[in-house]
Amino acid sequence: MSTTTNTSRLGSLLMAPVHLLMRIIDVPLRSLQKATGISGMAAFFLAPNMLIFGIFVLLPLVINFVYSMTGGTAFFLAERNFVGAEQYSRLFTCGSYLDPMSCQEDAFWTAVGNTFWFVILQVTLMILVALVTALILNRDLAARSFWRAVFFFPVLLSPVVVGLIWKWILQRQGLLNFGLYQFGVEPYTWLTDRNWTFVATIGVSLWAHMGFYALILLAGLQAIPKDLYEAAEMDGTKPARVFWRITLPLLMPNLLVVVVLALIRAVQIFDEVYVLTGGGPGTSTFYLTQYIYETGFASALRNPGLAAAASILMGLVLVVLTLIQLGIGQRGEKKGKR
Amino acid sequence: MKMKSILAGATLALLMSTAAHAGDVRIMWYSDGVEGEVMKDLVGRFMKENPGINVILDNVSYGVVREQLPVQLEAGNGPDIARVAQIKDNARHWLDLRPLVKDPKYWDDNFGAQADWMRPDGSKQISGFMTQITLTGGFANKTLFDQAGVEIPGPKATWEEWAAAAKKVKESQQVPFAMAIDRSGHRITAPLLSYGANYIGKDGKPAPLDKGAKDFLTKFVGWNQDGSFSKDVWVSAAGNTYRAAAEDFINGQLPFYYSGSWQVANLATKIGTNFDWVATGSPCGPVTCTGMPGGAALVAIKYTKNPKEVAQFMDWFAREEIVKEFSERTLFLPGHKAVVAKGGLDFKTDNALAKAALTKFVDASKTTSETALKLPAWRWSDTFYAAIVTRVGQTIAGELKIDDTFARIDADIAQKVKDAGQ
Repeated sequence: MSTTTNTSRLGSLLMAPVHLLMRIIDVPLRSLQKATGISGMAAFFLAPNMLIFGIFVLLPLVINFVYSMTGGTAFFLAERNFVGAEQYSRLFTCGSYLDPMSCQEDAFWTAVGNTFWFVILQVTLMILVALVTALILNRDLAARSFWRAVFFFPVLLSPVVVGLIWKWILQRQGLLNFGLYQFGVEPYTWLTDRNWTFVATIGVSLWAHMGFYALILLAGLQAIPKDLYEAAEMDGTKPARVFWRITLPLLMPNLLVVVVLALIRAVQIFDEVYVLTGGGPGTSTFYLTQYIYETGFASALRNPGLAAAASILMGLVLVVLTLIQLGIGQRGEKKGKR
Repeated sequence: MKMKSILAGATLALLMSTAAHAGDVRIMWYSDGVEGEVMKDLVGRFMKENPGINVILDNVSYGVVREQLPVQLEAGNGPDIARVAQIKDNARHWLDLRPLVKDPKYWDDNFGAQADWMRPDGSKQISGFMTQITLTGGFANKTLFDQAGVEIPGPKATWEEWAAAAKKVKESQQVPFAMAIDRSGHRITAPLLSYGANYIGKDGKPAPLDKGAKDFLTKFVGWNQDGSFSKDVWVSAAGNTYRAAAEDFINGQLPFYYSGSWQVANLATKIGTNFDWVATGSPCGPVTCTGMPGGAALVAIKYTKNPKEVAQFMDWFAREEIVKEFSERTLFLPGHKAVVAKGGLDFKTDNALAKAALTKFVDASKTTSETALKLPAWRWSDTFYAAIVTRVGQTIAGELKIDDTFARIDADIAQKVKDAGQ
């Protein structure tokens, strides 16, 4: 009995400063609630988050847009001259958008073309491979945790490390050629062949990120009620039909997340490819983010305005793609409810 | 009382830490060979002699100096001192040490020849000094040539003669390529000048590519496409990304490698006794046999909070005996007039090949062309180099035809001049 009393006293003692603080805060908050109502309080509590979001996301976005309307090579806005939409006009000055060489900024359109094909192929393959991997990892495998860790491990690596590992494997005197040579196959210059290098960038990004998407899908698979599968089994439904009629529809919300994330990540591809190929051979793996980086930071006489314009366009494309996918997702949900 | 003691202690600690920061000099340093180690040793000695100054040596890759430092400088940040190779391009960010150094005349007398390389046009400021003077030139794998029974071409041999000889060695010794040249506008400018190219127009701005430049670039693209030159180097990146071909030479895979004097220490250390190699100077073109001068400078940054300490360090490091010691230990050619004039540099290496190579580069510097000597102090050099590397890389990769390449290089340079508001 006395132990309970002591504990209760200790609790009260420890909580005293908290109670005091709550009373102090309570006074202004009550007045604020009276003045603004319940909805005003929601805005009040959201304000710190919105402030951080505004400073670190919205403000840079606005500054980036302002930069895109300026010209010159200086970095400080005060030293840059206003040129209106000239940077955008320069990016869009083209004989034919399908022929980058007919464009004033041929490097930009080359990067757009490369990024387009990269996104189409990489995202499609990523979803397929991640889905298959998740389905396999969801089964009762021996050492299932080990296999899950194996597939997730590359996600933990820095993109620079990923690029270097694969460079050591694929370069002329690399591990792959060494292995092939042991079997009497002539070494091949994988990283100077345009087609192979493009394939390599897709393969490497699949290897590096697939585990993350597989994990999201695996979580979705595990959330599907088991009794649905048991009912299907009792009805004698074929496995393919189970997949198409139960697994895939119920996995759709997770798949949508994966598609959106994979798409955004693919459009922004840069670091591991930059280390692996530097954008070469020629410009065959020169993607949009590298164009922005080189134009704004790495070229002789940098052009931050042009880089900012290109990044605004890239951002717009990402917003449109995300909205389309969210629209499709919402339509799917409505259909499901009906 | 206890609280007062804690506050007093905290204040003292804060004051002490502030005092330490006041004397900090941060140096951004990159290395091609062993100079990072030498510099670390010298910095240690400086701090012993000047206990009030704390020098922090940040060893970074060349890429950081080339790509990240300019961005820091544009934002008004950066280290207090940096070792840089893009010297003229960022000249507006260098600190004028003239009012800060002990004896400006000493600096003018000994470093005056390259002072224009590192200061804004028309200025008389002292920005720093060259830690080394470099000259581009070739290296031949003597062992491969000997094994192939091919004579190493002589000092007046042309690029064509070198290409033919190296190709014979390649075929005989079954190595992947005959020749390689670093993916760098500075490096390829040497043969272009030997073919009669002139980048500088009458108005001081970039001139369109001339016949000399076009002639060599046409040959160079052809040599890459027929496998004489290592394609790996020039197609291995997009844009004007720098790539050295030193590793292939060090691995004994290249009969002829065109780079420069800064590689001597690197080659001596990494090749060791694996094979014999020689410096060859620069092959000749129809007009001359020039290499491209250049080098790395140690410059003070004008955004430093400790200009006096920076000047004190620069004064110490620019001393004749320190420059001499640095050059001898790093196997670099000095940029100090008195050190060069007095001669007697005792390069600290037992490697006879390295010593012979350095002597060869000193000899080769006597044939450096007038145009080549002007380029390090010319504002548009880097713009020209970047355009050539970007477009020639694309051409070798099969993306452009040679005539389009020339048109694109001219257009790129014109656009950059326009972007800079000139």
